[in-house]
Amino acid sequence: MKKIEVVQNVLEANETIANRNQQLLDKHKVFVINVMSAPGAGKTSVILQTLRTLKDKMNIGVIEGDVASTVDAEKVQNEAKAVVQINTRNMPESCSLMAVMIESALKDMPLDNLDLVLIENLGNLICPAEFTLGEHRRVLIASLPEGDDKPIKYPLIFVDADAVIINKMDLLPHVDFDIAAFRGSVSGLNPDAKVFQISCKTGKGVEEWCSWVLDQAKATVAKQ
Amino acid sequence: MHELGITENILNITLDKANEGQATKILKINLVIGELSGFVADCIQFYFDTLSKDTIAQGAALHFETVPVELRCRSCSAVFRPRDTLWSCPECGSQGAEIFKGRELYIDSVEVE
Repeated sequence: MKKIEVVQNVLEANETIANRNQQLLDKHKVFVINVMSAPGAGKTSVILQTLRTLKDKMNIGVIEGDVASTVDAEKVQNEAKAVVQINTRNMPESCSLMAVMIESALKDMPLDNLDLVLIENLGNLICPAEFTLGEHRRVLIASLPEGDDKPIKYPLIFVDADAVIINKMDLLPHVDFDIAAFRGSVSGLNPDAKVFQISCKTGKGVEEWCSWVLDQAKATVAKQ
Repeated sequence: MHELGITENILNITLDKANEGQATKILKINLVIGELSGFVADCIQFYFDTLSKDTIAQGAALHFETVPVELRCRSCSAVFRPRDTLWSCPECGSQGAEIFKGRELYIDSVEVE
């Protein structure tokens, strides 16, 4: 018997492709946000609101990830400059987008004509935390009906988020969601995360979130 | 749910290393997995048994060493095991520790003949 030292990260293949994606995006001066949440928290609604608010200031593309269907791509296609739908149903994994899927989607995007790409990940709080895609920022959306204990139950996805959006704020009078407790849990795990309270239904708070996106995009592109 | 792709990576990396070392059989793969990583060891073993059929890794045992979570305080740099959900530091009481250990997923070594 012989022992061979390996010491190799199993996720290295994904990370190599993610780095390649980011180099390609940087070359074209495209800022990319990975939008993550549980199913139904409002990823598509936040993306739609972002498109409507920023479309006069930026050319925006959307990559939609879903297990099946083109429902989300159809919703955003009137507002976005370019939309690519990824369906993971026939792929070896169907719980998260992975760098190789984004690499292929970017080939169908007019990168020279885009300033911002929003990637809508699959609805899941576990798997997307493990797979980087080549994005510049990670955003986690939590919504009031999910409860305020999600950062405690799924810490990893909160630890890596650059911003956390609390969505469906219009439901606050109807649900028992302790905003202070939620914000306290988030800042415990990740003091650098910027937290936004918004309602896609009323539009409240959307402006503040969108000006963060604009600022982050400018700062990132300026650095290149 | 995402263990299939991971297991393919584990198999490919170990087959490459075994080939480089001119091995004829892979007996055991030693993996290190962090407590916070979202990967399930039993699930990896299950996929491995299927994927490794008809390769020199068929029948290989996977050994998982679990790394417990350790946090490092951003204020005083103390390293500690989390005691509460806010990850507060036992030394200085501040919150917002960073993960020091517990996210690993790597192949440490392969035992071959």
